[in-house]
Amino acid sequence: MDIVLEQVEYRYAANSPFEKKAVEDVTFKIPEGQCTAIIGHTGSGKSTLLLHLNALLKPTSGTVQIGERTVKAGRKEKDLKPIREKVGIVFQFPEQQLFEETVMKDICYGPMNFGVSEQEAKKRAAFWLKEVGMPEEVLGKSPFDLSGGQMRRVAIAGVLAMEPEVLVLDEPTAGLDPRGRREMMEMFYRLHQERGITLVLVTHSMEDAARYADKVVVMHKGRKVHEAPPRELFSDTARLAEWGLGVPEVVKFQRMLEEKTGKAFPKVCLTMDELADMLKQGGESL
Amino acid sequence: MMEKMIFGRYIPADSIAHRMDPRAKLIFVFAFIAIIFIANDVWGYVIAAAFTYISVKMSGLSLRFLISGLKPVMILIAFTFLLQLFFAREGNVVLDLGFIQVYEEGIRQAFFISMRFTLLVFMTSLLTLTTTPISITDGLESLLNPLKKIKFPAHELALMMSIALRFIPTLMDETDKIMKAQMARGSDMSSGPLKDRIKAIVPLMIPLFVNAFKRAEDLATAMEVRGYRGGEGRTKYRLLFWKARDTFALLSLVLLAGALAAFRFWI
Repeated sequence: MDIVLEQVEYRYAANSPFEKKAVEDVTFKIPEGQCTAIIGHTGSGKSTLLLHLNALLKPTSGTVQIGERTVKAGRKEKDLKPIREKVGIVFQFPEQQLFEETVMKDICYGPMNFGVSEQEAKKRAAFWLKEVGMPEEVLGKSPFDLSGGQMRRVAIAGVLAMEPEVLVLDEPTAGLDPRGRREMMEMFYRLHQERGITLVLVTHSMEDAARYADKVVVMHKGRKVHEAPPRELFSDTARLAEWGLGVPEVVKFQRMLEEKTGKAFPKVCLTMDELADMLKQGGESL
Repeated sequence: MMEKMIFGRYIPADSIAHRMDPRAKLIFVFAFIAIIFIANDVWGYVIAAAFTYISVKMSGLSLRFLISGLKPVMILIAFTFLLQLFFAREGNVVLDLGFIQVYEEGIRQAFFISMRFTLLVFMTSLLTLTTTPISITDGLESLLNPLKKIKFPAHELALMMSIALRFIPTLMDETDKIMKAQMARGSDMSSGPLKDRIKAIVPLMIPLFVNAFKRAEDLATAMEVRGYRGGEGRTKYRLLFWKARDTFALLSLVLLAGALAAFRFWI
């Protein structure tokens, strides 16, 4: 299922003295089965944009096409549930959305809202809890007795249990320790590869964008300013700086190395492993 | 509708009313509430209305803006009007609809009471429109200060008020965020039978309360860490200055009270 945004504009408090344009003239496509990253400085409009991906916000002008459905500015939309069933969003600090008495009930909440039977929902709860790396005993516990990191995992399981075709992640690893961060991202990426879930990654982390994305969309001051595969994007350090963005540490390291040795590498390396391989191959020539 | 509603909102501007001492404004409004009850005939209300009109002029806000902003409150006033019109049973019958009668006294009462209500709403709105919540709190604390002698927790009360006011926008943002998160999980708060809608509030309220308590605890810790120990010997960042205009404002009220009393008792 593709999501296509066309000239999307969103104004908060439209037609009032407090009106504020958050997103303007944004056009791009999120192709099925790929991982698309949306990066941008704080206040660039990426979080507003993300709310359009499952019709939580309707554009004030332009269209958003989500699979078969088209959400158009100025038109009343009925029955948005099918859209939300197919596009799951993991919000920033998702642990804040937990409310049920038990972990089991909380994970079942989403699927049952979409008409999944209780029995099936419970089966899914057990399955997805394991997928996010939590022991099954937790199912009977209150989510409020868990640690912050565990609550985050439970909340994510609650979204995954809806089994959406597209998974939108808004800074899913914010506030986690480096190991938890790594594990969490690897889990999403594995789901993406094994099940073909379309991933949309809204992030501050250039490392994550470089490592996982097939395509990166750069937002700046409410507009889309660039769209490119990560390797192309991160080879232009100067331009990224204009948008208040940096490059991954690996790229920085490579640039320093190139400066020291006076020799340019044939391509930008996006991960540590890539750089190591390149150094091994070209070791003699450096 | 909520965006246009101005009840309880602050509109920044530079006017005599904006520059007044919050203490003076508080006394002014409370005294006005008491004084308006003196009026009980047409002339009394004409004078009170003129007085309110002058006060609006002093605030630099346009009357039309005030009226359009207070429209939702007007519904309440209209309701009071009708209630009085049909249920006061004194004097001659003016109109007989068969099932209900309108009496002379009913018309009189209906006009007067809705007039009084309107003037009160205007005056109290002027207070909140021209005074930031934080200066209202400061003014209130300062006015309640003498009560500290009888162990009245004036400072604590003011602190509670300012914290409550400070967190209204935060809680609004959070409500919006949690609502979106639950909607993304298929909760439907805007359609379906009433029973389902009420049920859909639970997933919103529980996270909201949990977060509010957590935030309160964090705030308490942060205050304690920075050595907060109540109002004892605490100096103020925002100082209040009583100026001549504040005295004049209160004097004008004395005049109003005098005029109203004159009409009621002697003329």
